[in-house]
Amino acid sequence: MWRKSVRAPYYKHLIRNMIFTILGVSFIPVFLVSWTIYYAFANAYHEKINAHLVTLVENHKRQIDAFLNARLADILFLSENFTFAQLNDSEFLQAKLLSLKNNYAGVFVDLGVVDADGNQVAYAGPFKLSRVRYADAPWYQIVMKNQVVISDVFLGLRGFPHFIVAVKRFDGDRPWILRATIDFIAFNNLVENIRIGKTGFAAIVNKKGELQTKPRFQFNPAEGCFGRFIDCDQPITREIYSEERPGEGGDMTIYVSALLKNKEWLLVYQQKVSDALADQRFAQRLSLIIFAVGGAGILAMALLLSLRMVNRIATADQEKEMMNKQVIESGKLASLGELATGVAHEINNPVAIMVEEAGWIEDILTEKEFGGNPHMDELHRALKQINTQGKRCKEITTKLLSFARGSGSTIGMVQLNEIIEEVMVLSAQRAKYANIELHSALSNLPEIKASETEMHQVLLNLVNNAIYAMEKSGGAIEFKTFQRDEKVVVEVADTGPGIPEAILGRIFDPFFTTKPVGQGTGLGLSICYGIIRKMDGDIQVKSTVGKGTTFTIMIPVRSGLV
Amino acid sequence: MTIANIMLVDDEVPFVEAMTRRLTKRDLEIHAAYSGEEALQKLSKTNTIEVVILDIKMPGMDGIEALKQIKTRFPLVEVIMLTGHATVETGIEGMKQGAFDYLMKPCDINDLVAKVEQAARKKRGHEEKIIQARLKEITSRRT
Repeated sequence: MWRKSVRAPYYKHLIRNMIFTILGVSFIPVFLVSWTIYYAFANAYHEKINAHLVTLVENHKRQIDAFLNARLADILFLSENFTFAQLNDSEFLQAKLLSLKNNYAGVFVDLGVVDADGNQVAYAGPFKLSRVRYADAPWYQIVMKNQVVISDVFLGLRGFPHFIVAVKRFDGDRPWILRATIDFIAFNNLVENIRIGKTGFAAIVNKKGELQTKPRFQFNPAEGCFGRFIDCDQPITREIYSEERPGEGGDMTIYVSALLKNKEWLLVYQQKVSDALADQRFAQRLSLIIFAVGGAGILAMALLLSLRMVNRIATADQEKEMMNKQVIESGKLASLGELATGVAHEINNPVAIMVEEAGWIEDILTEKEFGGNPHMDELHRALKQINTQGKRCKEITTKLLSFARGSGSTIGMVQLNEIIEEVMVLSAQRAKYANIELHSALSNLPEIKASETEMHQVLLNLVNNAIYAMEKSGGAIEFKTFQRDEKVVVEVADTGPGIPEAILGRIFDPFFTTKPVGQGTGLGLSICYGIIRKMDGDIQVKSTVGKGTTFTIMIPVRSGLV
Repeated sequence: MTIANIMLVDDEVPFVEAMTRRLTKRDLEIHAAYSGEEALQKLSKTNTIEVVILDIKMPGMDGIEALKQIKTRFPLVEVIMLTGHATVETGIEGMKQGAFDYLMKPCDINDLVAKVEQAARKKRGHEEKIIQARLKEITSRRT
């Protein structure tokens, strides 16, 4: 409804302000709190994931180192506890291999004894390598120098990836070597087991940048520092090192590396950040959804509340505006009253003079010399007419005054039927223009003590309201009078649009009006109510929307008026 | 012989003149005054006036004030309020201040004459009673 008001832009502005205020008050703290919590959570989670990965890699490093050392220890044990001669016996060696295989299923592939010249003198294993010469093999050279070796992974003569664990012993002055081949698959499993999420995997590289295990996914050791982890610009010297940088596909990737096997190997674990932080991302998405839903709720509430509030304000403003107009209207009425009093006085005096002068003429005409005048009758009639019209003027001014003041009405014996007839005559013209028929069914009524002016006012008001309601549609107004018990009853029924039930209870309230602002004061029916109640009477209304309205006035035959 | 000796007080000169003519024709002796002050002045000079017909709204001293003065200074003189100010309140105010009756302009000449007669009769009745009382007093003193 406020949309129609001239102040619509003001209310739109008000709504906008209210919405922004509500949203600001609601969202700013939520934003700050959410952001702080999210920031702290993301940091903590990131750190936790990093720490977890570091621990994981550390554990595996230990596990792999332990595995390699254990294999070395196994060979050392064999070499220390048995002589070259014993081990040189292929059957004996076979028995030891069997025992090792029994103890560590699938780890040891074969055992071999190599003499000082690099020739394998004894061999136990699935391949036919009994007289192979290893003098040129890198591992042989290392073991001859360092006493022990754990070689890098290589294909060798057999064509399968494997690595060698070997120890150098002396038989007298002559060195000999006990070597064992470690199954690549068994070793690879140690690294292969490190699988986290969808993209997390591990691999081992040697100093040359050669892969020592078979990574789950594509892994390019040449990338970053891993290929030559000792020789590169920023050599990896820390036992455990972690960093985050864009990986091969350009996605941010976490790299955790650990030096193995006396810094000869590097265990590298890598996982995409998005994968590592998947849980955080999920929590983040969930929070965003909750935030969006909550935000939508707040927005809807802000809209609804603002609209409601502004509607109320608009209604209140409208009522205030109406009240102001009514106050002005009342002020106008009051000044009209003062004006009417003055006018009444000013009119009555000249009228009195006219009447008296006419009376004087009449007095003169009674003189003898005018006795035979043929126009005497006509003169008397004319003078009488002046007198009558003078009295009429007086009546008019009296009524004007009583209307303007609402008092000053004289109380006398009133025949309501006569007043109804007068009201019908007064309203006939207006009713005719509005295509409204006026009917009456008046039964004999006793006279009641009342103010004629006030009764006029009440009935005229009801008829005027009925005509106003039917002005467009036309219809009929019926006046009915009868006596019931000790009361005189007047019914004024119209066939208009009726009064909605919602406002039926308010129609007698002062300042209640359905007419456009400026057209009605909302005082008519409340004055009627006041007048009838003053006479100990009652005024009731029955209305059916679409069928019509009936006002019933009941006045005690002996009213309380004095 | 006049019916009564009256004074017409109104600032409307034509009204006073017309009324004077009409009332004179009806055997009333009329004195005219055009303000409250003039009325009081004339009353103090002439003691024959029995009834005053007094307009309420007048410039200077208004009818109600003039009525109060008349009733104080000439208590026996009866006053009929005649006003164009068509409200009951002023009439009632006049009655409270001791006016004999009130009429509204324009009024029927015969009604007015009737009221004047009644007022004059009342005045004479009062005078009669006073004379009687005085006579009684004198006679009682003699005896």
